[in-house]
Amino acid sequence: MVDLSVTEARTATAADYFALLKPRVMSLVVFTALVGYVAAPGAGDWVLGFASILALALGAGASGALNMWYDADIDALMSRTKARPIPSGRVPKEEALTLGVALSIFSVLTMQLAAGPLAAALLAFTIVFYAVVYTMWLKRSTAQNIVIGGLAGALPPAIAWAAKTGSLSLEPLILVAIIFFWTPPHFWSLSLLTRRDYAAADVPMLPVTAGARATRLSIFVYALIVAPLAFAPVLTGLGHTIYAATSSLGGLAFVALAARVAFSRAGEDMGAKADAPARRMFAYSILYLFALFAALLIERLV
Amino acid sequence: MDESVKLTPEQEKARKQRNLLIGLSVAAFVALVFLITLSKLANGGIAP
Repeated sequence: MVDLSVTEARTATAADYFALLKPRVMSLVVFTALVGYVAAPGAGDWVLGFASILALALGAGASGALNMWYDADIDALMSRTKARPIPSGRVPKEEALTLGVALSIFSVLTMQLAAGPLAAALLAFTIVFYAVVYTMWLKRSTAQNIVIGGLAGALPPAIAWAAKTGSLSLEPLILVAIIFFWTPPHFWSLSLLTRRDYAAADVPMLPVTAGARATRLSIFVYALIVAPLAFAPVLTGLGHTIYAATSSLGGLAFVALAARVAFSRAGEDMGAKADAPARRMFAYSILYLFALFAALLIERLV
Repeated sequence: MDESVKLTPEQEKARKQRNLLIGLSVAAFVALVFLITLSKLANGGIAP
């Protein structure tokens, strides 16, 4: 018999279900996808473009809900995540699973309808990759979790490109590579500040398994990969003057801040001052990626 | 024994809001499929 008290007697509101979709991750997905769509060759159709990006946003939301369903146990242990709808008791766990599965199906169907099989298949792959490969498998088993799992967050511009053109080429794959190599230094900067949480929840993030020093060095090495890679769109003709300036200056600042992290004692429980370089690196990494994609967008709009 | 679930006014309100949200989502999906179809027909056929 179904226990109605579980599904009826609660005060979960629309905002709680929206929170299950990880709106902040979703906004990054929408933004990078929009740039991928606008930057792809061809005229495009604004209704189909809107539907494709909406499908991508819903797919990202579905991944978020599935992640919160599966990770409810560790989310409850970490201060950063314990206020999420499931650990806080506002939404029953099973509903996040239902919402995640339903949204996955609707998003892939919508993508197939609006943009055809390649974009739909890529979207389905991305959802499965994030929910199953990252969340269920890698996150709890290896310190390379976010390196490999970052692929899911990197794919949206390529999916949007495929949605518009029906095919893929080098240009969107470079955009994917930029986000892919940007994710580890971005996330590791955060995890230097929150490693105690991960240790308490037994999640093998790099600062927990390899220590703060190895993490700081890894951040620097990845920054050295990202900065030149972010210049590559200029060489393929995707980025022009504004992009070239943004990626050069932005890349130099990214490497400089990563160097500050590498030579700091961030993540060693030496106080807020010692952690400051990692905090700055994390904040700047968001601005950097945003600026790169905004530059591509601005070049198309002006 | 009374087995029915008694909802507080707050829970009742939250349930109404959840149901409204589901209804609106379904309506939005219907509208979206309609618009996609129109767009595809305008672009010369519904084959992807």
